[in-house]
Amino acid sequence: MTPDRNATTARSSNGHGEIVSPDAAGHSGEIDVPFRGGGFSPKPVRGVAILIFAALLLGIEWGSRQGYISNLTLPRPSDVFATFQQLWSSGLLWKHLLPSLSRLLIGSLFGITAGVAIGILIGLFSLVRAGLVPLVAALFPIPKIALLPLFVIWFGIDEASKYALIAFGTFTPTVVATYAAVDSVDRTLVRMGQSFGLGWFSIVRKIIVPGAMPGILSGLRVSLAIAIILLVAAEMLGAEYGIGAYILEAGSLYDLERLFAGVVILSVLGVVISSAIGWIERRMLVWRS
Amino acid sequence: MQLQLRGVSHAYDNTTVLQDIELKVEAGRILCLVGPSGCGKSTLLRLMGGLERPSSGSIRLLGDSPADCLNPLTYVFQDFALLPWRSVEENISLVLEDHALATPRRQQIIDDVLQRTRMADFRHALPRQLSGGMKQRVAIARALAVNPAVLLMDEPLSALDSQTRELLLDDLVQLWTNEPFTGVYVTHNLSEAVRLGHDIVVLSRRPGRIFKTVSIDQPLNERGQNSQALEQVRRQLWQMMRDEAQQAERELLSS
Repeated sequence: MTPDRNATTARSSNGHGEIVSPDAAGHSGEIDVPFRGGGFSPKPVRGVAILIFAALLLGIEWGSRQGYISNLTLPRPSDVFATFQQLWSSGLLWKHLLPSLSRLLIGSLFGITAGVAIGILIGLFSLVRAGLVPLVAALFPIPKIALLPLFVIWFGIDEASKYALIAFGTFTPTVVATYAAVDSVDRTLVRMGQSFGLGWFSIVRKIIVPGAMPGILSGLRVSLAIAIILLVAAEMLGAEYGIGAYILEAGSLYDLERLFAGVVILSVLGVVISSAIGWIERRMLVWRS
Repeated sequence: MQLQLRGVSHAYDNTTVLQDIELKVEAGRILCLVGPSGCGKSTLLRLMGGLERPSSGSIRLLGDSPADCLNPLTYVFQDFALLPWRSVEENISLVLEDHALATPRRQQIIDDVLQRTRMADFRHALPRQLSGGMKQRVAIARALAVNPAVLLMDEPLSALDSQTRELLLDDLVQLWTNEPFTGVYVTHNLSEAVRLGHDIVVLSRRPGRIFKTVSIDQPLNERGQNSQALEQVRRQLWQMMRDEAQQAERELLSS
């Protein structure tokens, strides 16, 4: 396609092939086409997060060493680190961490399993849906911490009440996320399965459950975040060992180094769980675009 | 195997979508259903395959199904309906798993249909990696895997661009020429209908009634793209449909 050099159009092309537009006054100026696109697509910038963390810690360290921050307000980061080393070497870290982890694990296992099972039933059966959705909607807004005294009465002050609290707290968000996920499975896939003669159970196992996985996994994040909160609350209210108990004791003694050590452990726990779910998502949901 | 429809009528809520359909799908021939939008051709296809029950009338299967037929009435959908979490191979395997087949036999069937649809190189690919044309080939391969008696195709090429459509039309013609199958092909595209249809049934607009049936005797693989006779048939069909289509275009979808 050769350019028409003799055309008397408003735009003409110079020898380099650039389109030359007349300016407002009608004279043929010569400018590059101004760039108007780009932006609105954030990209990851490596190292900034670590830099900010380090800067914060160094700032607080310097401030407390200089006396600007009294150690009744914020503990010195190096002192908190020393507390950690003590916890580790004396074995106290595991004495508190293991009960916490086991309560979290057992409680959320019960709650999430029950939640997914009932969520799938709600998603598939109209009768179950009509019966249970209003019930779940009534249970959802109750702050589960408020139910701890009730659970203590039902299950005793020991581990069972803590398992029950965490199970109950993870149950409701999991049910809601699961039946929403089951509803969101593309119905044309179900019709396709039926058109090939797949039985009901095959359709549930091979089409509905894998299709609902993305929703179920994202519901898991919410449930486990709630589980950690309930864990700490339950331990603060009635436990001898556990991260929550450790933090409470440190707080009542005004031992800020130990309190912050406990808080950092919780933070690390949250990050580890979130990363674990992210890893599971990446492996199981490879098929998503 | 033949499909026979007698006095089939269907209504949704208070709208009659199909009225008194009398149809016979002959073995080894492709029947094209064409008509204006909303005339009920997709509904008719769903009724034929048992995905919906007609409000009145009967739909019967006559004769014996072919040997090794695992699913007599098999669909190919407009939006492919592939499971996104399964590879090409596994998507085809899905429809074979519930039948008592030994693994080597199942593998043999999968290999065969992938060969016939020229998708053998992509057996481990996921649907998100495939183009529209490739996905529809996988869907066709999946349909062929169960050795159907009647292939029910619901606008299978509508979601594809016109270049891919041409290629896949050639593929379908080739498939039928190598091994003739019985098919019902719903389309709004008259060029596809004259390329593929042995018999073309024109439906009127809602409520859908059979307006006319046209038969084309020319063998499928001789219907080149620039055939004058075919173009004439296509124009005839459009003349029949034009007014109906115009009126259908001016109706709201729902009240």
